[in-house]
Amino acid sequence: MNIHEYQAKEILRREGVPIPPGEVATTPAQVEQIARRLGGMVVVKAQVHAGGRGKAGGVKLAKTPAEAAEVGKKILGMQIKGLVVEKVLVTAAADIETEAYVGIIIDRASKRAVFMVSPAGGIDIEEVAATDPDKIMRLPVDPRYGLQPFEAMQMGFFLYKDVAKARAAARIMQQLYRAFVSSGASLAEINPLVTTPGGEVVAVDAKMVIDDNELDRRPDIAALRDESAEETSELQARRANLTFIKLEGNVGCIVNGAGLAMATMDLVKYYGGEPANFLDIGGSSSPEKVVNALRIITADTGVKAILFNIFGGITRTDDVANGIVTATRHNPLTVPLVIRLTGTNEDVALAILSEHGFAATSDMDDAVQKVVALAKGGAK
Amino acid sequence: MSIYIDKSSRVIVQGITGRDGSFHTRQMREYGTAIVAGVTPGKGGQKFDDDVPIFDTVPEAVAETQANVSVIYVPPPFAADAMMEAAAAGIALIVCITEGVPVLDMTRVFPYVREHGARLIGPNCPGLITPGESKVGIIPGRICTPGSVGVVSRSGTLTYEVVDQLTRAGIGQSTCVGIGGDPINGTSFIDVLDAFEKDPETTAIAMMGEIGGTDEQEAARFIHERMKKPVVGFIAGQTAPPGRRMGHAGAIISGSAGTAAEKLEAFEKAGMGIARRPKDFVELLRERL
Repeated sequence: MNIHEYQAKEILRREGVPIPPGEVATTPAQVEQIARRLGGMVVVKAQVHAGGRGKAGGVKLAKTPAEAAEVGKKILGMQIKGLVVEKVLVTAAADIETEAYVGIIIDRASKRAVFMVSPAGGIDIEEVAATDPDKIMRLPVDPRYGLQPFEAMQMGFFLYKDVAKARAAARIMQQLYRAFVSSGASLAEINPLVTTPGGEVVAVDAKMVIDDNELDRRPDIAALRDESAEETSELQARRANLTFIKLEGNVGCIVNGAGLAMATMDLVKYYGGEPANFLDIGGSSSPEKVVNALRIITADTGVKAILFNIFGGITRTDDVANGIVTATRHNPLTVPLVIRLTGTNEDVALAILSEHGFAATSDMDDAVQKVVALAKGGAK
Repeated sequence: MSIYIDKSSRVIVQGITGRDGSFHTRQMREYGTAIVAGVTPGKGGQKFDDDVPIFDTVPEAVAETQANVSVIYVPPPFAADAMMEAAAAGIALIVCITEGVPVLDMTRVFPYVREHGARLIGPNCPGLITPGESKVGIIPGRICTPGSVGVVSRSGTLTYEVVDQLTRAGIGQSTCVGIGGDPINGTSFIDVLDAFEKDPETTAIAMMGEIGGTDEQEAARFIHERMKKPVVGFIAGQTAPPGRRMGHAGAIISGSAGTAAEKLEAFEKAGMGIARRPKDFVELLRERL
């Protein structure tokens, strides 16, 4: 789960990370009030779940409260990568001398949380990794002991020669690690971590991604979810316990299992079609799930044909068949449907389907070729 | 022969009285797996299906039954503890089916299990099956048939799809292993490939990877440098957009890393057979058997 910059900063602030003061606004008037309270120069920052906010014009400086209101008016309501900006963070502008990068990710290879720090901050860290790998220090943390002070200090010295700054940075890394663990994050980043002419070390931007599997046991973190920042169809799917990702094509796909769902999308492409979505109805599917899945797919007017690809293991294919019958009874489909289904209770499923006038195949390739042709407007 | 499990495997089920645990215990027994005990705290002394003894703890179950394999169906918040309990009790092979285990839990479980000398498969995996001998987990038994192709995969239903096509084409399997779709899992492709290379009954291998991480690339290097047996590979997620989690927590393209193209290129460099579609496994394996 993505959380906004202002939410990540709130978590880090609670751990003691020095962060310039700021507040969230949803109207230009609020932006002006906050800028007045803060005094001096402010930065107005779009709060959306997308990278490259600065490049898109979603981050702007303002010298006066009036200018802040004007900037706020421009940013609020603008679109960044298809997402409408509903909130901005208004924060005191820091006087920046140097910019560094500090991040923690879960590293699959070492199977640990790994720190990545670099004195070349403020830009995309992947770019630094590609062009100047010596400028990045990596440090895997042993989960049994946590981040040790000497490790944090080594990273501090990698960023700054000055011992006072290195110490300040080391303290921030300890705080960042605590925030990472206590909020169940899979990524936590301060970019940039800046030094000011006064010698302070301050976090100017923060990003955190929470492991979805942590949300059940961390209701306070789960409550940070901003549903207004999600795609409507994806939000509906999540509420119905389905995994759904919208794509650009016209072949709607309903599949059980993530690997098979991806393989189905790939096969659609292989036979010359374009998948409209990724949709996994999961292992123990109920007819209800199928009904919800069809509702979400058919709401996309770009979908020209729909494919069911079900390999029944835990999933009972008769549940899927019943779901298809129920869903189409009240809302007959306006686009053609191709059903591929095999496995658990296949005979029952086929009987249910044929009784209601649906045909089904047991071969995945046949089904995909057929649905691709139908989406292109070919013969049934 | 086979890898990891065979007729002699003595299996306990952690979470045997739960909805999934009880259902799949019956399926495993029907297949012929020796389920020697179950563990559910607070239900020690009872029997599952009037037959399988239930214990409160894993060490009690091991002491009474000499179990050497455990399969875990407990809910996500308790899964890490269950894996560690099994390792501490001396279980040699731990198979965790549970989906939704927090990845930070796995950063602690992985070194713990390793220090106790146990092998962990999963979490978030379908388990494994040695056709005709033993099944531990949820892979449907009827789609498998004994033979000499080793199957290893990060996915569940995609594995079923491929195994089913192999069986229909008359190509049997030595052992099928689902290693799971999470970012941190106990057993990697390389672990399983190494075991298949050493297994005299296995003559060729089918490997199903997916986007995310570098496990497949490392496996390709291992195949190139260390293996004599032919391997045919497939990567799911060629049409997946970057930055989106495709169902599995591990199936996500981060930046430019973990793409299908990158993995297929590694396969090609390693001289592997490449299945562009699941059905291609049949012909590619037949040529190599």
